[in-house]
This record gives sequence, C-alpha cells and structure tokens, in this order.
Amino acid sequence: MSDPLDGHLMRVHHLCKYFPVYGKGIVKRQIDVVKAVDDVSFDLKSGTTLGIVGESGSGKTTCARSILRAIAPTSGEVLFRAKRGVVDLATLSPRELKPLRTEMQMIFQDPFSSLNPRMTVGDIVAEPLLIHGMGNNRERRTKVGEILEKVGMKAIHMQRYPHAFSGGQRQRIGIARALVLNPSLIVADEAVSALDVSVQAQVINLLEDLQEEFNLTYIFVAHDLSVVRHICDEVAVMYQGKIVEYGLVEDIFARPQHPYTVGLLSAIPSPDPDVVMKPILKGEVGDYERFAGTG
Amino acid sequence: MRLTPTAPDNMNRDETLDRTPPADDVVLRVEDLEVTFFTEEGAVQAVRGISFDLKRGSILAIVGESGSGKSVTAFSILRLIQEPGRITGGRMTFYPKSGDPIEITALGEKDERLFDLRGGHISMIFQEPMTALSPVHSVGNQICEAILLHQEVSEKTAWQMAVEMLDKVGIPKPASRMDQYPHELSGGMRQRVVIAMALVCKPEILIADEPTTALDVTIQAQILQLIKDLQREMGTSVIFITHDLGVVAQTAEMVNVMFGGRILEKGTVRQILKDPFHPYSRGLLAAIPSMETVRDRLPTIDSIVGDYDILTPRPLLKVPDGREVALGKHELENLLTGRGGPAR
Repeated sequence: MSDPLDGHLMRVHHLCKYFPVYGKGIVKRQIDVVKAVDDVSFDLKSGTTLGIVGESGSGKTTCARSILRAIAPTSGEVLFRAKRGVVDLATLSPRELKPLRTEMQMIFQDPFSSLNPRMTVGDIVAEPLLIHGMGNNRERRTKVGEILEKVGMKAIHMQRYPHAFSGGQRQRIGIARALVLNPSLIVADEAVSALDVSVQAQVINLLEDLQEEFNLTYIFVAHDLSVVRHICDEVAVMYQGKIVEYGLVEDIFARPQHPYTVGLLSAIPSPDPDVVMKPILKGEVGDYERFAGTG
Repeated sequence: MRLTPTAPDNMNRDETLDRTPPADDVVLRVEDLEVTFFTEEGAVQAVRGISFDLKRGSILAIVGESGSGKSVTAFSILRLIQEPGRITGGRMTFYPKSGDPIEITALGEKDERLFDLRGGHISMIFQEPMTALSPVHSVGNQICEAILLHQEVSEKTAWQMAVEMLDKVGIPKPASRMDQYPHELSGGMRQRVVIAMALVCKPEILIADEPTTALDVTIQAQILQLIKDLQREMGTSVIFITHDLGVVAQTAEMVNVMFGGRILEKGTVRQILKDPFHPYSRGLLAAIPSMETVRDRLPTIDSIVGDYDILTPRPLLKVPDGREVALGKHELENLLTGRGGPAR
C-alpha cells in the first residue's frame, strides 16, 4: 500500500471548524456560523517547524487546537503518522484518541495560568505519565528528574511549587511536561510571547536544541514574525480562517505574494531607527477597507 | 537623615542634586528618584536613584525588562505608587509652559495641585485598555468626565469636545460610538478611546506604559503612528515605557536603558540602538531575532554580558558624544580607545 502521507509526519486536508451563532430569543435558533478555520490544508515534514501566523481572530489558535483534536473539527482530515500507523485524528473516537495523546503535546502561552499552583513541579511534570499509566512511582521520578535537567532545570526543583519560579523557568516546566511522554509533535501556542526578550532568546534556543536532540516536529503558533522568521522552516499566514500564503520561511519573508502578508510584514517595527516603518494595512480584521492602501 | 557615604546607592545625595534651574526646554526633571517597597520580607528598592530630563515636545523611551523599575518610575511621576511602596528619595519637578515649577515630590496627598497634575497636566495610558476604562460607563461618559474634571465647560460642550477627540484618534462615526460600552469595542479601538481620554485635556506630558504590548502588530503600527501624529500636532512631551526596542526605534528621540532600578545608559535613539556602549544594552539588542539574517543560535543577554558584573552600581559617565553610560572609568576609556579615540 502506498504511503498516504508521502513520508510526511502530518497531512492536514480541507480542515474546517465552524462555530454556530445563535439568535436572540427564547427558542435557541442557529442563525449563522463563524468560520474560524475554513478549508486549511498543509503538510508537515518530520523534524521541521511550521509557523502559523496571523492577527488575533485569524483562527490560528483554533486551527492548532483542531489539529490536536483539543476541539473537534467540523470537517476535514488530519492524517498523522502515529507509532501504530497512519491515523486520521479528525475522525477517531475519544477512546482511540487517548493513547495517541502521548505522541502529540502542547505548550501554552501563559506560564502562569498553565501550571496548577497547588501541585509541585514534580507532580506537574509526572502527571502525563500518570494519566497514561506509564512506569511506577520511582521510574516516574527518575524520568521527571531527567527531563527537568534536559530543559535546564534541576532535579531538586521537583519539590517546589510553580510560584517559586520566574516566567522563563515556568515555561521550561511547561516544556518539560510536554516532553516527558516523548511526543513526536509539539504544538507551541504563542509559547514565547509572554517572555522578556532575554528569556525569550533562551527558550527559543532550548526549543531548537530539543528539536535536534529528539527529532521533534513543531507547529509554532505566533504573532511575532521575527520569532517565526528565526525558528520556523515553513510558514502559513492565516487571515479570516483561511491560509492566504504558505511556503518556505525565506521565500515568504523575502518575497511575500499576498497583500495581507505584505501588510503584516510592513507593520513590524524594526529596531534600526534608520529603517522607517511604513504600515499599509488599514482598519482591523474583517474591515472592508483593510487593503485600501496595498494597491 | 544623613546616609553613610560608603552606601553605594546614596553617594552624598544632597551634593549631587543639581539645584540650578534647567534650561527652558525641560518640562520634567527627575533627580535621584528612589522608590522602595516595604514588604513583609523586607524593603525592596524598585528604583535606585535615577535622574533624567524630559525635553519639551520630545519623546523619551524608557526600556528595560520586567522588574527593571520602568513602570514604577512612570507611576511615581503621577504619585500613583501605592502602599507598601513609597518614594523614599529624590526630587521630581514639573515645569509647566506657564506658571511656577511644581515640585511633584513635595505635594501633599490631598493637594489641589496634585489633582490638577493627574489627568490635567500629565496623563497616562496603560498596557491593557480594559483596566483603564470602566466597564459600566459609556465611552462618551468617561471622556466627558475627564473634561469636566479639569475644564470649566458645560456638559454640552464637553460632549462635543469628546466627539471631536474620538474623531481625532481615528474612530469612525465618533458620534455613534459615544453611547457604546468598552466591551463593544475591539482592543485597538479601546486603546484609541484611552488615548482620547488622556489627550482631551491637552496635557503637557503623556506617559505611555506599554500602550501597544497587548495589540497585534498591525494595530500597534496604527496606534504608534497615532501617538506620534498627536504628539507632533499638540506639542505634547511623551515618556514611552516599553520593552520592545522596535517600538523605541520607531517612536522615540531619546532612550534610557533601565536594569535593576538603575539607568545603565542614556542617549539618543541612534546612539543606543545603532551603537550601544553598555554590555546590557548590547545584549538587549542582540537577543531580538533579526528579520534580515538568521543565525543558528540567538545570543542571550547573558552570553553578551558575559562575566561583566552589571549588578554593581556605577555612576553614569558622560561620553564626548553626549550619551551617559554606567561603566567604570577604565572600561569606558578602553572602549573609546578601542573605537579609535574618543567618540565623535
């Protein structure tokens, strides 16, 4: 049988996620849908990083979450090369899905709200192992200690609570929790945008080191284009639920084709005072006159 | 109270204070400002003796990371530091266009002049527009309140002024927006409303504390342009607090780099962003992923600063090109000779 993935780790095909809009009144009546993700397709090579960029409301987070089946997509295919063979994540039953959760993990934006303040760091990082019934108590502790050291923390940090750590360290704990199950795919949703530049640089370096060591594949959801430029191999630019441009990072940043990509790039303030910013996008997401100045 | 001269933070405070009145173009002078938070675990100095001038009609950026004391500096200018924090030293003087200088640090908590200052002569915009706006009052009501507090006008005139101001900050159909509530507006629109509120009393100083950090780049670009346009039109002096050096480069004329409650380097935007002297400023700049060249690993501040101890306080030294930098005398001399003699 031929490989439906052509050697890729993941193939997303015509993925859609619509949210119903209900009318006012006593009787709940659906009057419209919001197309948060509308016919999105892309391929993901193993060991590479795909960036999904766009403004708030462009559907990038919903897209990332539907891929992981954190929310159920309305339609489409998400083919994923799991250890037991190729599966379609979009249609699996919850029971079939659970073992696959070990192979795909998520890192969240806010290092403060994503860690339970009442659990110790050791328990937080060990929880995925516990859920999937992996190892006994001692094996889990050893594993957690190893992983913490991999992300630049110390095994003695296991007994402490999240509040004792800085934002950058908490983000490392979040990364350790994602890594502990040995996943092949990690979705990082704005994983570095809440961090200071100096800490951000350290976490980006860490993510790249881990990618090399464990052959990880990242889907990197971000609004900061300079971070995406640095870390990603391919980029998908989303606008109003659709991918408006998709390609290699160098191509997109050097020769953006879609007016929205051009506009997005023009809005980045350069740290060089001699490079004057000339933003061309007017108005906000969904405004009619958005591209009035892009010609 | 006289402090021991050996204490590094308090080097003969009274003698270093410059008592000469500043040139006409200074609108705000901060001298040796110190802010301390008295927590249960002990006193924490958030700002450790900083001094700077704000030039009339210019934009000064204060950059630094979380915990550098940049926001505390901004809040203390409006005397908004709350318990357990206190301004524990230094002076801040506001020089209005007309009238006598006001020593902000000497004003009593209930002083009439302090109320005039807040929102009247000096106003502030914040990072998260929703915290600055009341969720239960309409946009129009909130802007009118600011007008009626500081100006002797009728409610009808205030309403008209508010509509004009909303138009000025680029809100489409301003008259119909007056009756809307903040939750009905997008983040960018809310920030425009906050800017309208801050500028409607034509303040001489606007303090902007991370005003675009919560916004998308596209909206950020629009808001930055708006602040610059209004600043030019109204001649307002702006203090821009931010951690984003891109934002600094595109808006400010002068820059103060803060770390650990101190200013490590201050100069023009070109001096600091094109050719930073202090290792910390260099690290801050290098840690930003570049849009042009992609390197394998990002330099971190630690890797740039290296063994250099940036925690030890050093007095700011004046460099021939006009900037000031907190380096040891020898380090600075070495740096300058390394560059082929004293800088321009």
